[in-house]
Amino acid sequence: MLELRDVHKTFNAGTVNEKCAVDGVNLTLEDGDFVTVIGGNGAGKSTMLNLIAGVYPVDQGKVLLNETDLTPLPEYQRAKFLGRVFQDPMMGTAATMEIEENLALAYRRGKVRGLGHGISNAERKLYREKLATLGLGLEDRMNTKVGLLSGGQRQALTLLMATLQKPALLLLDEHTAALDPKTADKVLQLTQEMVDRDHLTTLMVTHNMKHAIQYGNRLIMMDSGRVAVDIRGEEKKNLTVSDLLEKFHIENDRMLLSE
Amino acid sequence: MEIANLLNALPGAVGQGLIWGIMAIGVFITYKILDIADLTVDGTLATGGATCIMLLHAGFPVWVALLGAFAAGLGAGLITGLLHTCMGIPALLAGILTQYALWSVNLQILDGANQSISVDKYPLLISSRYVSTAIWIVALFVIVIIAVLYWFFGTSLGCGLRASGANPNMSRAQGINVNLNKIIGLMLSNALVALAGGLLGQYQGFADVKMGIGSIVIGLAAVIIGETLFSRIFRNFALRLLGVVLGAIIYYVVLQTISWFGIDSDFQKMLTAIIVAIFLAVSYWKGRFARPAKKRAAVNSAKGEVK
Ligand SMILES: Nc1ncnc2c1ncn2[C@@H]1O[C@H](COP(=O)(O)OP(=O)(O)OP(=O)(O)O)[C@@H](O)[C@H]1O
Ligand SMILES: [Mg+2]
Repeated sequence: MLELRDVHKTFNAGTVNEKCAVDGVNLTLEDGDFVTVIGGNGAGKSTMLNLIAGVYPVDQGKVLLNETDLTPLPEYQRAKFLGRVFQDPMMGTAATMEIEENLALAYRRGKVRGLGHGISNAERKLYREKLATLGLGLEDRMNTKVGLLSGGQRQALTLLMATLQKPALLLLDEHTAALDPKTADKVLQLTQEMVDRDHLTTLMVTHNMKHAIQYGNRLIMMDSGRVAVDIRGEEKKNLTVSDLLEKFHIENDRMLLSE
Repeated sequence: MEIANLLNALPGAVGQGLIWGIMAIGVFITYKILDIADLTVDGTLATGGATCIMLLHAGFPVWVALLGAFAAGLGAGLITGLLHTCMGIPALLAGILTQYALWSVNLQILDGANQSISVDKYPLLISSRYVSTAIWIVALFVIVIIAVLYWFFGTSLGCGLRASGANPNMSRAQGINVNLNKIIGLMLSNALVALAGGLLGQYQGFADVKMGIGSIVIGLAAVIIGETLFSRIFRNFALRLLGVVLGAIIYYVVLQTISWFGIDSDFQKMLTAIIVAIFLAVSYWKGRFARPAKKRAAVNSAKGEVK
């Protein structure tokens, strides 16, 4: 499925602001894995996801997806394989365009965008059904400009857009961090439903330990640009917050000792 | 200050306004849709005028001359687009560079600083000598252009182009080639500006290497006047484009009225700048006063609707 081979990324190399954000990550995901990613601020979680998505090139290493080498591809070409939701609700949708126009953009992900005409009625019907599954009443507001929606509604819509064309890999970067707890739970529940329904392979970054434990079949913790802890299977199922905190401390102590 | 003088001058102002309306639609594509202030147009307008006039001089039919102007505009836009996307030059600077280079190109095309063309000797489509005919013909151009753009921006490609301007991050994440779209948008915009230049050259009976100076400001004035005055009633995309053309007409009528009051035409540029500044400020202030209400609504709907 996804394979990161010794991936490195340093920002502002050779300047005083030099920052090694990802420092040799090796990670292999199995088909259908739902991996939650935790780690302190600046641990390199977003950078890792951005390297997979091709927002910037890797310095070293390889990104492979289903045996395809994504490393040389620009971001817009990798998008064919990826569904993405960002931390900032403003980032995943076009505010000045209508809900159905945003969906139509997502529906054409990975396809040729030619001079064929806009949105067919069959398509509109599909969008309406999909929007109804969000349970937010958006199916009756298809011609509303997305800029008028709340953050939670926009995140739910972005999630739908990310999965409208089944992605080989779903990348969620703290996609509930900007939402109030209730809305965050709703969006997470939708996430789980979509992952289950389409059997999606998922990487989900979160700062919420409870969510990291509750969701997914595998958990990784990043520290200083590396994967420090990798928990899966039975161990993941039985994981508690205190287990996790303990590991966090051990990792921190080890880091302190090694420095 | 005879009112009759003003009334007599108004059709001319409308004719000019319509031609500049086509130019303003070009500015709309970059400024409003792609979110780029493209200064290439100051050069492109003259390139269009020069190409059209010289092709007519060479004996080509008028539609070939206008197509030639259109194509020259495509080329100018392509260059700015490549400077911006392939060479990483900020859009504003890329436009300035192309505009600067076009000065020399335009001198070459014109084989001098200007060339005149007489409606008596050449089969011109429009001329300021026959204002009402010119108005009808240019109005037809405007309608066709708006219709074609309305269609284009509804296609998958056109929607991708709009998205590229609205949110480039999201566009890339959805697999849209943002750089390609920027190039296409710049080409389309400059082609329309050059077409307007070709029409303007015929209308005024000459092309001049200086005819485009400051045209970006006039185009912006039209876009901003149109959007500020009509955005509440014209929501449909085609109507918004129409609003831009109306903005250009209003601009020229206002200018004509001002000169009727006896204000020296030397002040025209300053007055234009003031008009643009005022209308920009109005839309800024509208935003500032509207925002608190919007925010409240957003918070309420976040609380109420997402459970
Ligand atoms: N575009 C960039 N340019 C320069 N430095 C960057 C850039 N992006 C990230 N960094 C730096 O790389 C490091 C890792 O950042 P990253 O955003 O991956 O962390 P993160 O684990 O996502 O943290 P957070 O939990 O705060 O989101 C940080 O020190 C950050 O300052
Ligand atoms: Mg982050």
